[in-house]
Amino acid sequence: MWVLRFVASRLLQAVPVLLGVTLVAFLAIHLVPGDPVRIMLQGRASDAAVAEIHARLGMDKPLLVQYARFVGNALTGDLGTSIIQRAPVAAIVWERLVPSVFLLAYATLLSVLMAVPLAVWAAARRQRLADHLIRLSGTVAFAMPSFWIGLILILGFGLTLKWFPIAGFGKGFGGHVHHLFLPALTIALFLAPLLIQSLRAAMLDAMTAEHVEVARAKGLSESRVLFKYVLRAAAIPVITILAVNIGWLISGSVVVESVFSVAGLGMLLVHAVSTRDYPVIQGLTVVFALLVLGVNLLADLAHALIDRRVRP
Amino acid sequence: MSVAAHAGHAPGGVQAELLRWSPSLRIGMALLALIVAAGVFAPWLTPYDPLRQDYGAALLPPGAAHWFGTDSLGRDIFTRALFAIRTDLVIGFWTTYLPMLVGVLLGAWAGLKRGLFDAVLMRVIDTALAFPFLVLIIVILAILGPGTQNIYIAVFLVGWTMYARLARAEMLVEAGKDYVLAARTLGYPAWRILLRHALPNIVNSSIVFSMSDFVLNILLVSGLSFLGLGVPPPVPEWGAMVAEGKDFMQQAWWISTLPGFMIVLTGVALALVGDGLTHRLGDRHVTGH
Repeated sequence: MWVLRFVASRLLQAVPVLLGVTLVAFLAIHLVPGDPVRIMLQGRASDAAVAEIHARLGMDKPLLVQYARFVGNALTGDLGTSIIQRAPVAAIVWERLVPSVFLLAYATLLSVLMAVPLAVWAAARRQRLADHLIRLSGTVAFAMPSFWIGLILILGFGLTLKWFPIAGFGKGFGGHVHHLFLPALTIALFLAPLLIQSLRAAMLDAMTAEHVEVARAKGLSESRVLFKYVLRAAAIPVITILAVNIGWLISGSVVVESVFSVAGLGMLLVHAVSTRDYPVIQGLTVVFALLVLGVNLLADLAHALIDRRVRP
Repeated sequence: MSVAAHAGHAPGGVQAELLRWSPSLRIGMALLALIVAAGVFAPWLTPYDPLRQDYGAALLPPGAAHWFGTDSLGRDIFTRALFAIRTDLVIGFWTTYLPMLVGVLLGAWAGLKRGLFDAVLMRVIDTALAFPFLVLIIVILAILGPGTQNIYIAVFLVGWTMYARLARAEMLVEAGKDYVLAARTLGYPAWRILLRHALPNIVNSSIVFSMSDFVLNILLVSGLSFLGLGVPPPVPEWGAMVAEGKDFMQQAWWISTLPGFMIVLTGVALALVGDGLTHRLGDRHVTGH
C-alpha cells in the first residue's frame, strides 16, 4: 500500500510544477511576435481563412479562458491540432514516442554496460595509471559534441565498414537494436563518463563502510567484497544520477535523433520549429516535461524499493 | 564578470594559493591561453579570408596550402575554424557568466530573505528544471526565431536557474552561521550582508560549476547551429561548419571532422581548468544540466 501513497503524494507535490509546465507550453504560442497563425500559413491564407482558424483554435477568446481550456484538454489527452500536418498533436506525438523511448533505454543500457566495469576498475586501481587514464578519457568524452561523434561513427562504422545502418528505426525488435546501435552508442559516450565518475566515488565510499570492513575481516576475498557488497551499495547513486540527468539525456537525444534521422520526438521538435508548427511545439513541450517528471518519479520509487529507509 | 574577479573576493590566502597550480590547471590554462591567442590573432595567422568563396579551390583535401582542406565553397577550413574561436568562445563566455551573475544574486537573496520571493523563485526554478535543457532553449528559439542575439536571450532565460539553486542552497547554510547573525544584529541591511559578507563564501561552488557550464554552453551553441537554429551562415561557427560537411561525408570527410576537434580541444582546456579549480576551491558534487 505504501507504493500507492508514495506515488499519490509525489503527484500532489508535482501539481505546481505541472501548472508551470502547461503555462510555458501555453505561452509558447502566445508570445510569438505577430500572429502565429499567419506565420504558420506563411502569408498564403486570406483574412477569412485566418479568422476561421483563430475561431477553430479558440484564439478569439480571452487568454485566461484559453489557458483553462488548454489545461482541461491536456488532462483528457487532447494536445490540440497541427494545422500544417492536419492531424491531432497527440496522435503525431504518440507515433514518435516509441523510437525515442527505445533509444533512451538502449543508450542507458549501453552506458551502464560501459560504466560499471570501468568504474570498478578505476575504484580498485585508485590513484594509479588506470584510474587517471579513465578520468582523462572521461574529460575528453565530456568535451566531445554528440553531433560530431555521431558523424564520425557514421563515417567509420556506417559508410566505411558498413557494419551498421546510418539512419532510421528499422523493423522489428532486432531491426531496432541494429538500427539504433550507433545513435545509442553516441548518447552512451557522453553519459558514461558521468556515471563512471559518480559510481567510482560511491564505490570508494562503500569500500570503507563498516559492513564491508566486517566482510573483509571475515576473510572474504577482495573481488567477492567488491562484487557482493560494494557494487550493490553503489546501485542507488547510479539510479539517482540517471534520473537527475534525464533532462540532459533527452537533450542529447534531440540532437542525435537529427544526426541519425531517427523519427522520434527530438526530430519532430526540430522539424516543428523549422516549419513553425506551433501546436506540435506546444504539445511536445508538455510531453518532454512529463517524461522528465515521470522518470524522476520512477527513480524515487526504485530508490524506495531498494532502500527501506526512505519509504514514507 | 570573470572568474578571476570572483576569486579575488575570496577571503585569505588567495595570493599564496595562486602560487600552487595543479598540473591540470596549468595545462588547461596554457591550452586556453593558446586558443584565445589564436582567436585574437586569427587574421595574422592565416593568409585566407574566412568568408571569401573560391569555387576553383572547392573540396580540396588537407595539405600544405590548406591545413584542414577546403569546404564546398572553396573556403579554407583552418581559417574558418580559427575565426570561429571568436564566435564560440565569446558566446560561450557570456551565456555562462551573465546567467551566473544574475542567478547567484537571485539565489543568494532568496536564501537570505526566504519568504514569498523564495517560494516563487523556487517554483520557477522547479518548472525550468522539469524541461530537458535543450528542449526549453529550442522552444524559446521557436518563439523568438533563430539567430545569435536570440541564443543569448534563450540561454540566459534558462541558464540562471542552476546558479540560483546552487547559491540558494549555499546561502541557507551560511545564513545560520555566526558572522551572518552578528551582521544582522548590528543592523546591516540585507544587501550589504549578502554582497560584502556572505557572497565570498557561497560563490565557490558556482565558479566550479561555471567551468563545466562553459563547456556545455559551447556544446549547446554549436549543437543549435548544427541544427540550423543558432548562428546563421556564413559566420564561421564550429557546429555550423560540422553541419556544412554532413552531406559530403563520403567524398570530403575533413569538412565535418576537423572543426569538431576545435570544440573538443576548447572543451578539454576548460574542463582541465575546472578540474584544477575544483581541487583549489573545495570539492563539491556538481552535476550537469
